[in-house]
Amino acid sequence: MTLLGKSISEIHKLLTSKETSATELAQAHLSYIEKSDHLTHAFLCLTKDLALKQATEIDKLISAKKELPPLAGIPLAVKDVLCVESYPATCGSKILEGFKPIYNATSVNLLFDAGAICVGKTNCDEFAMGSSNENSAYAKVTNPWNHNYVPGGSSGGSAASVAAGFATIALGTDTGGSVRQPASLCGVVGMKPTYGLVSRFGLIALASSLDHVGPFTRTVEDTIRTLAVMAKPDTHDSTSVPQKMRTANCDMVALLNDLPKITNLKNVKIGVIEELSGEGNEKSVQKALDLAIETLKTLGAKIDKVSLPKVKYALPVYYILNPAEASSNLARYDGVKYGARDKSAQDLLSMYLSTRQSFIGSEPKRRIMLGTYVLSSGYYDAYYKKAQRVRRLLTEEFNDIFKSYDLVICPTSPTTAFKFGDRTDDPLKMYMADVASIPADLAGLPAISIPCGFDENNMPIGLQFMAAPLADRKVLEAAYAFEKATDYTKFSPMLQKYESAKT
Amino acid sequence: MEYEPVIGLEVHAHLKTKTKAFCGCPTEFGAQPNTQVCPVCVGMPGVLPVVNKAMVACAIKVGLALECTISATTKFDRKNYFYPDLPKGYQISQYDEPICRGGHITIRNRKIRIHRAHMEEDAGKLVHAGAAGLHGSDYSLVDYNRGGVPLLEIVSEPDIGSPEEARLYLTELRNILRYIDVCDGNLEEGSFRCDANVSIRPVGATKLGTRAEIKNLNSFRAVQRAIQYEIERQTTILDSGKEVVQETRLWNESDGKTHPMRSKEEAHDYRYFPEPDLVPLVIDRTWVTELSKEMPELPEVRRQRYMDNLKLSYDDAFVIVESKEMSDLFDQAVKLGASARDCSNWLIGPTLAYLREEKKEFADLALTPKNLYDLSRAVNDGAVSSTAAKQVLIELLAKKSEVATIIKDLGLAQVSDEGDLRKAVSAVLDANPSQVEEFRQGKTKVRQFFFGEIMKATKGKANPQIINKLLDELLVQAKV
Ligand SMILES: [Zn+2]
Repeated sequence: MTLLGKSISEIHKLLTSKETSATELAQAHLSYIEKSDHLTHAFLCLTKDLALKQATEIDKLISAKKELPPLAGIPLAVKDVLCVESYPATCGSKILEGFKPIYNATSVNLLFDAGAICVGKTNCDEFAMGSSNENSAYAKVTNPWNHNYVPGGSSGGSAASVAAGFATIALGTDTGGSVRQPASLCGVVGMKPTYGLVSRFGLIALASSLDHVGPFTRTVEDTIRTLAVMAKPDTHDSTSVPQKMRTANCDMVALLNDLPKITNLKNVKIGVIEELSGEGNEKSVQKALDLAIETLKTLGAKIDKVSLPKVKYALPVYYILNPAEASSNLARYDGVKYGARDKSAQDLLSMYLSTRQSFIGSEPKRRIMLGTYVLSSGYYDAYYKKAQRVRRLLTEEFNDIFKSYDLVICPTSPTTAFKFGDRTDDPLKMYMADVASIPADLAGLPAISIPCGFDENNMPIGLQFMAAPLADRKVLEAAYAFEKATDYTKFSPMLQKYESAKT
Repeated sequence: MEYEPVIGLEVHAHLKTKTKAFCGCPTEFGAQPNTQVCPVCVGMPGVLPVVNKAMVACAIKVGLALECTISATTKFDRKNYFYPDLPKGYQISQYDEPICRGGHITIRNRKIRIHRAHMEEDAGKLVHAGAAGLHGSDYSLVDYNRGGVPLLEIVSEPDIGSPEEARLYLTELRNILRYIDVCDGNLEEGSFRCDANVSIRPVGATKLGTRAEIKNLNSFRAVQRAIQYEIERQTTILDSGKEVVQETRLWNESDGKTHPMRSKEEAHDYRYFPEPDLVPLVIDRTWVTELSKEMPELPEVRRQRYMDNLKLSYDDAFVIVESKEMSDLFDQAVKLGASARDCSNWLIGPTLAYLREEKKEFADLALTPKNLYDLSRAVNDGAVSSTAAKQVLIELLAKKSEVATIIKDLGLAQVSDEGDLRKAVSAVLDANPSQVEEFRQGKTKVRQFFFGEIMKATKGKANPQIINKLLDELLVQAKV
């Protein structure tokens, strides 16, 4: 019997029926990663000791016939920008080499408390800046569907680890599409909940007002199970949504109970974003979108085209606000307290300069310079302030649409995965990869990417659902119904190859 | 040409909260380096600030005391710059929406307007090896205990007209902060720090001159001296037809001069922007009302009460009110029924002299309100002379005791028994027949001599009123 590629409820059954133990499960995943990750470079470090310790705890519960917590024994991979106590957190950067936090991220903590088993920290673009994982200072993650292609980014390692079957849940972060875009390119489910629904404490910040923690899973149900544990208010995060604002529309536990009842999308009003469909998309992507619309109609949804003219400003606005916040958030990596330092420097200024020059990669440097520029006196009003204004206008535009529609949809990414090196010389072309995912970050909307087909090279295509802030339930219901009605949820060939080689 | 100085002061006051501005670390001064730190206040990756409500309450109280407008909503901003004592590479401060705006302090019937007051976090502390500053040192160590301690920056309008007035402003401001119990006001420990903006202009001119910002002012005396020096420096420049340069200057206590700061160190563009890790604060009006009900009597009001109700002079009232501890003790003694005049004289005179000599703080004294009341009554009842009362007071300052015990132990009880005193007076008159003769011939001044001799004979314990009465009687008798 294989222990790999199981869903949360499947693992739960295996454990409660004692067909396997948490330790066996953890070991099976760890050895699969150890034997296969040289192909994907999804992990920056394995947390083997932690995994086995956590598995032992679960096995003790099982033998004591105690009730198992909701994520007991579930293999979990954590993006390296999220803190796991006592294990390195490099953010894919050389400047944080050697840094080990003494705390868990709140999101990680909640999953651990629910019984999840941490198998490792996943690779990503440096400080989560990138759309292809080519900006990692350590190794380039490959797409498990075809190792010549990028997995997307910045949470490429997390997306790849779920696509490969290394873990059932992987945590990522989404600042400008960094969960949904790689989910789309790797053919898995990736969700970015409403801003503030999941605590940012312990998430090493890229751009605080845009950063979200979100899960990757193979199925929508597993995403709901993960969020049911992880989406909690946190007194350590002032931007966390307080309990009194968490209405039924973002109640994941209730949604989990209601799942069997969701069989269609009758009376659900869905808008297809005009600005993000049509010519801007690759042919295969547009075809998959058209097909998806037909499926949604069959499910009973009412579908219209809707226009969101401000969406075209999302990218420029994002590339002002993100660098502005990043330039400030990355200032603490100065060689004084932790991480790397150029020890040959003779005075303070040269220590700052050579440390940051030597250990920070070129994309973070680009954003630090951009951000410093747009916040400088004389430019602040023209760039930062104006961008904030447009961000508000875009948010209002979304709010208006959601007065008439439950959801809006578009392809998560205008293209499928591209080949390594295709876009590295042209930052603007690279930035375009997130043109459809960035609007939801700017407006703080819940958004999900789920598989909706494959291109001619058998590379996955993703469909994105967005809803009003705190209506996370709506995107999950629609995604769940769509997933049930289609057959795109597949593992990459990696898992099959590994399993067949074993036997 | 005649110039007048225009002075504005920026005060950084440590707010007296148990924990830091954005984390749960203690704020006490003097702990071992880096023992009062956590991931938040050393700026570890991934951690987030959480606003300490007690800091906001302190800031609101200051706003109420200075009669500022308390903002309905206020927000925090990041002030970006690199320095090793600043662990995040930015300071959480308030830029364009401070918690308090407007307000004023009254000193000697002059209103000094307050421009604004805003909350921010303090930086850590650098210790340099091999040199006084960062430059030239072999290495520097950082202590983040102070990092993240809440500060309120209180900025005055340029309404201050002299170095003396600057000192008075600071004294009064510190007093107010102590009265409302939001700041220790301790300059040596750095819990109350001051920078001064100084410019001069021709008398009567309305346009402001170019100002210099003076830093490194570690005492009220330094503030006064530095401003005085700066006025003279700028006067010399203008008189010689040159122009004052706008710059930051450091006061040097040992040479008594201000020196320009390295221009590089001040060429900052702080790139302020709203702190995205904190949501804007909506200040609940009912909270402000609650806090305003907790406000104690402020120095200005107390001073006026001493003048109006207790008939103290402005100067006496000022000196007593300047120390909240002294003023509280004074109030309690007077409430018990002690003479306000006697208490005020005892506190301003011998008590302050004692503190200066012994280099002690008022809080170190053993004196209680009951002591003052007992002493006042003893004088009033004639149990002790006013001269002896001062001796009793000195004992009460030094150690816990009772007035009656000290009077008894030191044998200072006043003799009021007329029979005993009659004998003493007669003895003195008998022993000095020639002086009695002089008095008889009309030299009434000799009366003072007799008084002194009697006091000497009774070791100062004789009740002067009775002595006078007996002298009147016996000298007249002797005349006949
Ligand atoms: Zn702390």
